[in-house]
Amino acid sequence: MKEHKSGHEPLLRIVKRDGISRGKAYAIRIAAVLISLLVSGIFIFAVTKLNPAAVYQAMFDGAFGTKRRVWVTIRDTMMLLCIAVGLAPAFKMRFWNIGAEGQVLIGGILTAGIMRAMGNTMSTPLLLIVMACASLICGAVWGMIPGAFKAIWNTNETLFTLMMNYVAIQLTSYCVALWENPFGSNTVGVINQKTQAGWFPALFGQTYGLNVLLVLLLAVGMYVYLKYSKQGFEIAVVGDSENTARYAGISVKWVTIRTMAISGAICGFAGFIAVAGASHTISTSTAGGRGFTAIIVAWLAQFNTFVMILISLLLVFLQKGAIQIASQFNLNDYASDVITGIILFFILGSEFFINYRLVGHGKEGEGK
Amino acid sequence: MIHMNAPPAVELRHITKRFGSKVVANDHVDLEIRRGEILSLLGENGSGKTTLMNMLAGIYFPDEGEILIDGEPVTIASPADAFSFGIGMIHQHFKLVDVFTAAENVTLGMHEEGYDLKAVAARIREICDKYGFVIDPQKKVYDMSVSEKQTVEIIKVLYRGADILILDEPTAVLTPQETDRLFSVMRNMKADNKAMIIITHKLHEVMDVSDRVAVLRKGKYIGDVRTKDTNPQKLTDMMVGHAVTLNIDRPLPVDPTPRLEVKNLTVFDALGVKRLDNVSFTANGGEILGIAGIAGSGQKELLEAIAGLQPIQPGASIVFHGLKGDVASEELVGKTPLQIKRAGVHLAFVPEDRLGMGLVGSMGMTDNMLLRSYRSGRGFFADRKTPKKLAEEVKEKLEVVTPSITFPVRRLSGGNVQKVLVGREIAQNPSVLMTAYAVRGLDINTSYTIYNLLTEQKQKNVAVIYVGEDLDVLLELCDRILVLCGGQVSGIVDGRTTTKEEVGILMTRFRKEGAAV
Repeated sequence: MKEHKSGHEPLLRIVKRDGISRGKAYAIRIAAVLISLLVSGIFIFAVTKLNPAAVYQAMFDGAFGTKRRVWVTIRDTMMLLCIAVGLAPAFKMRFWNIGAEGQVLIGGILTAGIMRAMGNTMSTPLLLIVMACASLICGAVWGMIPGAFKAIWNTNETLFTLMMNYVAIQLTSYCVALWENPFGSNTVGVINQKTQAGWFPALFGQTYGLNVLLVLLLAVGMYVYLKYSKQGFEIAVVGDSENTARYAGISVKWVTIRTMAISGAICGFAGFIAVAGASHTISTSTAGGRGFTAIIVAWLAQFNTFVMILISLLLVFLQKGAIQIASQFNLNDYASDVITGIILFFILGSEFFINYRLVGHGKEGEGK
Repeated sequence: MIHMNAPPAVELRHITKRFGSKVVANDHVDLEIRRGEILSLLGENGSGKTTLMNMLAGIYFPDEGEILIDGEPVTIASPADAFSFGIGMIHQHFKLVDVFTAAENVTLGMHEEGYDLKAVAARIREICDKYGFVIDPQKKVYDMSVSEKQTVEIIKVLYRGADILILDEPTAVLTPQETDRLFSVMRNMKADNKAMIIITHKLHEVMDVSDRVAVLRKGKYIGDVRTKDTNPQKLTDMMVGHAVTLNIDRPLPVDPTPRLEVKNLTVFDALGVKRLDNVSFTANGGEILGIAGIAGSGQKELLEAIAGLQPIQPGASIVFHGLKGDVASEELVGKTPLQIKRAGVHLAFVPEDRLGMGLVGSMGMTDNMLLRSYRSGRGFFADRKTPKKLAEEVKEKLEVVTPSITFPVRRLSGGNVQKVLVGREIAQNPSVLMTAYAVRGLDINTSYTIYNLLTEQKQKNVAVIYVGEDLDVLLELCDRILVLCGGQVSGIVDGRTTTKEEVGILMTRFRKEGAAV
């Protein structure tokens, strides 16, 4: 006879859920946000001895405290949303476009350059159309370059698009030096400050009305494109399996290049909005890391452009709130970053509990 | 038997395993495995055989029930636990390191004192001599044929002292001759008083090698019988739950005319390895042409080359002859799948890799039907109404089990995935229908449904090309059988007059003994 030793029974087991109701999924997500607020509250109190409620109040003030703050929050949300909408088709195709930062800058350079050079030669509406077209086309080209390399020579798009960012940043630095105003400031300054030629006009009496309108139109358009169009279907097929796409007679090369052109064009358009619709200047920080933040937005929203609106708003809210508490309570910037980190961690972590559940030792595996 | 009164080697009592809340893979299964006996575990796909064995091997942990080894209750929480009880499982997919030798693979992961490969090799030879294996301990795995790799897997578990062996579909990748050799080894191990469980779908193998047959159906234990008291028909009835006719109707081809003429087809894969070597044949309309061969003999490349998915070496021609008054002759070499389609050649293709090539896993049935038709109609938007109707038809006609036609096909069982694919391809009204392993993973009932569908297509004057692995089926279904061996055509035989032995010999005709397959 053999000696029989008994192994250990696992304490907790992970069981995959076979579907979850939408209500339950959102309940889990809301619970995650609440728990994250609780945990960050504990963190705030432990580190700073401040009242967490006061800190949250300050965060809210930072984002929505005054009418101007509300509009700045909306403006930044739209900016982030626009880039995320641009990333959606590329990511849906499983093409890891992390070059939005550069595509935005290229659109921005073109817009700023045209604004400077032609500010006095044509009316603002015409100028806006010219700048929009230029930024769309150049963004598309900037996106098509890594797309074409991937399609033809199978280069790694992650590295390629990342490297293209640095090229774009250098180009921007060059243009800033070229267009420096006033001399020695190392900035371009506000372009056409007196004439406001090429600036977004107020819409419905709101400075940023046009930003909101354009970006929401793009979001709706992209939703329809991805969900109902033939091209959107091709993108989804290529994203799931290139072999299946080839089998079905889809030209993977062509779809890859075309989709990256669309992705780059919309990101370039975001650069147009950033310059003509918000800052009226250009600098290497015009994109400001939003090209990367937008990746988080696109993923968290599972490429659903309507959900992206909410996620963009949440991220911008957290960012504005963090700046506010840093200045109001004299906290280090890192403290607010930690809070943002905790909240994002819980939101991302909640997805695990939406897909899986834990079953304790000895319990029945029913769980319904 | 000497151990008649000893407790069974393994006893499973009321074992239950669930995946999610809806899928019950094993429902209170009782099973006994005795020493000195070969037990066949039989059941349709999805009946829970592999799940049950995985619990014995420590890969899954049962939700309910207990396992007894030699009469004592044990807990098997990991593969290491399973080994400590002498249980070894030979999986369907080999788990070997390609660049290591047989001996190195055998010792991999063993925590022995010292590391003496010579001693290991000596022990491997000892095991080989004892049971009748043939293997060179110094040979690298990448130089081995499939059957040699399998031998290494078996030696690996024997080396660790396993005396309860589980073989999960070991014959699926073997030629009839290799299968015979494996069975003789198994009989030697039986004589050495080891307990063995073999999972196989081929009933004649069950009858040939096992002493006892246990049947699972939909996760439930149906019963066990002595092999000598049963026959394939009875076993099928047990598996399916009602009487099934195991006959394929094979009408004589009516007026077969050449539909597809393949000449001098040579294909290299992406790594520069020659996969097809000067292949020539003709597929006739109104006929089922079977393609036999060991897995990886060029079947995949052949079908993909015809479908326009493989780069073809110059000098080849694939000519399609349409029906009279339909499309004229059309050269397919050099055309993309889309160009072939636009030329009016209705080519239906059920590829081997269903989710990796034939279907889009993350999409539902409707969108997968759309894959073939999304270009139809003018305009920017895709028409989903027609595919939706087709999806409902296929679901009904082939009895696809799915929560809804929008449910991702990746999450359906293998058999249902296949039904979706075959259903869509046949719905295209093809003039050439190519299928690779069309019934792999399907239960017996559905397999016969597919055979009938193929025969129906043949009677509609379609040229059917059927790549198969089960020789018995090939011999019953096909009008002619083309045998591939190492990328070459080693023979084309008449399906009605040939024998399994003849096809088996052709399958290995050009193969040097022991060369990589």
